[in-house]
Amino acid sequence: MSFEKLVFYTFAAILVYAATRVITVRNPVHAALHLVLAFFTSAALWLLLEAEFLAITLVLVYVGAVMVLFLFVVMMLDINLVSLKEGFMRYLPVGLGVAALMLIEMILVVRSKAFDAASMPVPVRHAADYSNTRELGGVLYTDYVYPFEIASVILVVAIIAAIALTLRKRGESKTQNPAEQVKVRREDRVRLVKMATEQPERADSGEHS
Amino acid sequence: MTLSDFLILGAVLFGLSVAGIFINRKNVIILLMAIELMLLAVNMNFIAFSHFLGDISGQVFVFFILTVAAAESAIGLAILVVLFRNRHTINVEELDSMKG
Repeated sequence: MSFEKLVFYTFAAILVYAATRVITVRNPVHAALHLVLAFFTSAALWLLLEAEFLAITLVLVYVGAVMVLFLFVVMMLDINLVSLKEGFMRYLPVGLGVAALMLIEMILVVRSKAFDAASMPVPVRHAADYSNTRELGGVLYTDYVYPFEIASVILVVAIIAAIALTLRKRGESKTQNPAEQVKVRREDRVRLVKMATEQPERADSGEHS
Repeated sequence: MTLSDFLILGAVLFGLSVAGIFINRKNVIILLMAIELMLLAVNMNFIAFSHFLGDISGQVFVFFILTVAAAESAIGLAILVVLFRNRHTINVEELDSMKG
């Protein structure tokens, strides 16, 4: 058994364990933490597949942003855990049945001759100075530049949608109205009055004239 | 390890997340996590094919899937927060006010 095989089977076992825990634990916080473990182990497997940039992106984006978002939401919501787990045993057989059926189907497809070692040999490893990031960027900013722009637009839409959904008008919060600010005229802010000149009194010198 | 090892690992992950959607059909948060797990399984297949075929396009596709998945989970969690604020529950069984 080569070292790569050992690494693969170790991380695959951890990944399957973490995924099983994600769907079976009672507490959503524990599920989120096991999902973090699953993302870390798949990042390791992606490193084994020489996809270094995506492995680091997975850890940064998923573990750093998405799972923290999940944990924040779990923390914000006051959930009754007992009622959410009621149908667990009732739906377990049908869930496992459907999953096993899909798994058998997919394994039957995947074990075919098209994917075995003879027709898909293990490619030679790249040299040490090979940069996966450079390669990916070279394709991403030339051939896939329009999808890249669309992806950025999707991210902007997601930001605006998430803020617009969760924003709420509360009475005590102070907000500014840009339309009102723009259309204000000088007469609304400054009032010029005509008055006679006043002489300072000699007694209180502390006050300004 | 061959390509089919990675594909079987992806299939096992996908099957587990399908089972998770069936088992946890009351808790929306776990449902969203199961969807993330499904996307991870798909990405695993993409990267395995990209490596074994020597084609970088699969990794570009994974990049876009990651982008869309991040957007999806952000909006999904925002909807979840609004839902909880209005109904004080995230139990799918109780969200039946539009049922005739």
